[in-house]
Amino acid sequence: MGSQGGFGQSKEFLDLVKSIGESRSKAEEDRIVLREIETLRRRITEPDIPKRKMKEYIIRLVYIEMLGHDASFGYIHAVKMTHDDSLLLKRTGYLAVTLFLNEDHDLIILIVNTIQKDLKSDNFLVVCAALNAVCKLINDETIPAVLQQVVELLYHPKEAVRKKAVMALHRFYQRSPSSVTHLVTNFRKKLCDNDPGVMGATLCPLFDLIMIDVNSHKDLVGSFVSILKQVAERRLPKSYDYHQTPAPFIQIKLLKILALLGSGDKQSSEQMYTIIGDIMRRSDTTSNIGNAILYECICCVSSIHPSPKLFGAAADAIAKLLKSDVHNLRYMGIDALGRLIRINPEVAEQHQLAVIDCLEDPDDTLKRKTFELLYKMTKSSNVEVIVDRMIEYMISINDNHYKTEIASRCVELAEQFAPSNRWFIQTMNKVFQHAGDLVNPKVAHNLMRLIAEGFGEDDDTADSQLRSSAVESYLRIMGEPKLPSTFLQVICWVLGEYGTADGKYSASYIGGKLCDVAEAHSSDDTVKAYAVTALMKVCSYEKAAGRKLDMLSECQSLIESLSASHSTDLQQRAYELKAIISLDGIAMENIMPLDASCEDIEVIDKSLSFLNSYVQKSLEEGAKPYLTEHERSRTRNISNFRNHDHHDASTHSLRFEAYEVPKPVISARLPPTASLTELAAVREQSYQREVHRSPSVGSLSDKGSQELRLRLDGVQKKWGRPTYSSAASPSTSDSESHTVNGTGKGKSFEPSSRRQPEVEIPEEKQKLAASLFGGTTSKSEKKQSGGGIKGSKATRSTADQTRATTAVVHPPVDLLDFGEPSGAASGSSSTVDPFKQLEGLVDTNQYSNVSKDPDLLSLYSDAASTSGQNQNQETGNLSHGSGNRTTKGPNLKDALGKDALVRQMGVTPATQNPNLFKDLLG
Amino acid sequence: MIRAMLVINNQGKSRLAKFYNYTPVEQQQQLIRSIYSVLCLQPENVSNFIEGGLLLGPDSRLVYKLFATLYFVFVFDSSENELAMFDLIQVYVEILEKCFSNVCELDIVLNYGKMHTILDEMIVGGQVVETNSDIVMKAVEEISKLETTTAGAKLISKSASLLWG
Repeated sequence: MGSQGGFGQSKEFLDLVKSIGESRSKAEEDRIVLREIETLRRRITEPDIPKRKMKEYIIRLVYIEMLGHDASFGYIHAVKMTHDDSLLLKRTGYLAVTLFLNEDHDLIILIVNTIQKDLKSDNFLVVCAALNAVCKLINDETIPAVLQQVVELLYHPKEAVRKKAVMALHRFYQRSPSSVTHLVTNFRKKLCDNDPGVMGATLCPLFDLIMIDVNSHKDLVGSFVSILKQVAERRLPKSYDYHQTPAPFIQIKLLKILALLGSGDKQSSEQMYTIIGDIMRRSDTTSNIGNAILYECICCVSSIHPSPKLFGAAADAIAKLLKSDVHNLRYMGIDALGRLIRINPEVAEQHQLAVIDCLEDPDDTLKRKTFELLYKMTKSSNVEVIVDRMIEYMISINDNHYKTEIASRCVELAEQFAPSNRWFIQTMNKVFQHAGDLVNPKVAHNLMRLIAEGFGEDDDTADSQLRSSAVESYLRIMGEPKLPSTFLQVICWVLGEYGTADGKYSASYIGGKLCDVAEAHSSDDTVKAYAVTALMKVCSYEKAAGRKLDMLSECQSLIESLSASHSTDLQQRAYELKAIISLDGIAMENIMPLDASCEDIEVIDKSLSFLNSYVQKSLEEGAKPYLTEHERSRTRNISNFRNHDHHDASTHSLRFEAYEVPKPVISARLPPTASLTELAAVREQSYQREVHRSPSVGSLSDKGSQELRLRLDGVQKKWGRPTYSSAASPSTSDSESHTVNGTGKGKSFEPSSRRQPEVEIPEEKQKLAASLFGGTTSKSEKKQSGGGIKGSKATRSTADQTRATTAVVHPPVDLLDFGEPSGAASGSSSTVDPFKQLEGLVDTNQYSNVSKDPDLLSLYSDAASTSGQNQNQETGNLSHGSGNRTTKGPNLKDALGKDALVRQMGVTPATQNPNLFKDLLG
Repeated sequence: MIRAMLVINNQGKSRLAKFYNYTPVEQQQQLIRSIYSVLCLQPENVSNFIEGGLLLGPDSRLVYKLFATLYFVFVFDSSENELAMFDLIQVYVEILEKCFSNVCELDIVLNYGKMHTILDEMIVGGQVVETNSDIVMKAVEEISKLETTTAGAKLISKSASLLWG
């Protein structure tokens, strides 16, 4: 207890803490705390409490609130305490109010006055306490009350006060930028503060300012670079060292600022290259903080205008991070790699095995970070493996939030890069099966459309093959328990449309399956509706084909039960089914044409010109001009997309239904053909439907791309023949060319040309690596001059060698085998096994690594040795750059001379040089 | 910026909680509980970072470190460097170690005010202002010295007034 010094507590408090600590349950703890609250409530209002006692009461209140209980009855006492003269009480009071109150609390008004008084105090500890409170408690209304005083405190003799004043101003800036915009120059001035601590604190507001507006701070680049240089060269007092690293937190902040300033600015970036290279070379990779700086350097390198030399160094640094045993460092390595591949995707290949290790690590955080990286580097050559891995992980986790995210990523990647339509369907099946309730229903609609429209370029056999394999896989899956509703809807729809199409399954078999679904999910009306409509389609196809239709008894009983359903929608469907079945084959064929869900209907005199004379006559007689369907229903459609199908059905056909459908949601979820309520004029009707669909399809895909980031139109373009509707919209045609380009690039893969020579790597892992990293796009090859200094020659030669074997053709994937994709991918790599091929090249790589390194080193050491001479020149430039702000010319020169002298003598100034920053910045 | 600094013991009781943006008490408690529920399930030998997502809201992450029975946690956004935050915990604990030699959970509970004093010297308004442990130590010592002397002076004057009053 001796260590408590002036913070000694009474026995009561000790007992409280003890009893809470020993409490067995939350309820017991609550009882104790409530008793304590009662005691305090009573005691705190007693007159003449000794101040020390009062202080303890307040601390106890804070403690209670930290445990989650309401201590608001004591707030006013904390406020009163800030008025006290004694520093001890005042500080306690301030501490309590900063923890209790927010800046909009009613009691603040009582404190502002005290704060004003305390900011003027000649005891700097009082001022500090007040400034702490200012940071937390002042809102935009009260800023003017203290602003002037805070600004004056920027020049207080005590550095602790200056530091806090800077932070208070920063806080004001965050709260209400307009109130302090005229004071921004103060931050710049404080950058030249004598005290490194104050200078370091100033970097925080400057970082924020630069984040918002880079251009107006470009002139500071030189200053930041020279400060960073001084820090890195250990010219700050020794006490700023942390674990033998000079002022690491200041270095990190500076690197962050430089990253902002150098982004997309070649000129500024060039000023930074030397110092960043220096720091990376010097950084102590054995300590955590050294690696923090290294990581920050990599971030900086990836953000500023690329420099090949730094890029190489960054890649090497990442290699070190990834090889580490410490999870934290590997995590940072993965993150850094994610940043670096934005400049040059090829860099990932060096680290493929490390990345795979991270992927297989039990550490969840690391794993997720790695998935993020993989997501960024997905391309058509590795999409199968990556999505497969993602799905595998998705199945294994319970966190719904992350599951949703990863599911939508899978869908996105699959839509963007799918190598084959079968794979796509198979992937979607898996996603739906395991996260169906979490994905957006639009994804399901999209899937249905894809199956209906087909993917092939007018290749009907491929389309029908696809459909029959989809049917087959669905028939297999649908028996499984607990399938999500959305997925069942897709299954029903596909079975209805294509279940009997290839003649493999009889109508009664499919019908039976559909009945099973409806019965198994009797509580889900939507699924039942889908099932009944599908059943209707199956029956009518059968009859239209001239075969005798024999309904299974279970189907009949299902229909009977649905005819009496509570849901009018289901009832209607059941009655429709009965009505349609009783028709003859020809009528049936007209109502339910086989596979016509996305047929383009031929147009019969679209403008109805034969009616022109009649229209003219009517108009002359004073009739209202006709408003097109589109004009009339535009607003309604946009606002009420879900009801869409229903509306156009009801406005254009005979109506057999009540005017309002009680459950519009249900009918809206159905695909167009499912909501057929019309029995006549099928052709015109479906023509109208097509026309009508175009705006809604557009809006759907627009929305989709924004919300879900699903590239709907991309998918359609990739596999589908242009439909009647979407071909017209310019946005889709844009994306068409885009996607086509994308795939064009994707086709010309080159197997990996660079690989870290590793010993005894399991074959499985190698295969995975090959399939993940095996392909590079031709685009990245171009960029190589920017990044890969080493081994670029080797790449070129392999490029030649492998060009002949590019354009890897994926063998057809068996849709039914879920375990296949990785096998298929490795199958493709086994035809062109990059590792086998490159076995010989690895050596040269290694060699070039080795031979290149000393070169780099010597370059650096050259730079270092000449830095003495450069220094004058550089700082000369600097003084020139900041000349408009420099007023003390001669002083600056002197200081520079001193600097140079010190440097020549090789002495690091051990003591603080108070004019360090002032000299440089004037 | 740093959003919060928490110290939670391995039974889920919070020992220190400081939020740099105003957070209602119930929300604080909920956050502490959910963070604890994640931390106590973290296996050994994994990274000390957890990305926010559902737990902490968008663009937030946390770094934690377990010292004996206490989790030290920083919650912050993407403008901070994770490894640096990790070391900030180290700095804080090193300072605690200097203040109370052989620091233990009880020291932290009983010197609640001092814990805050130290933290206030290091972080102001969610930004790191000082990481030099010597300077922080000096400031804290100065404060506690002054507090004891003023308190002592008060006591003396009070007893004096009692004596002669």
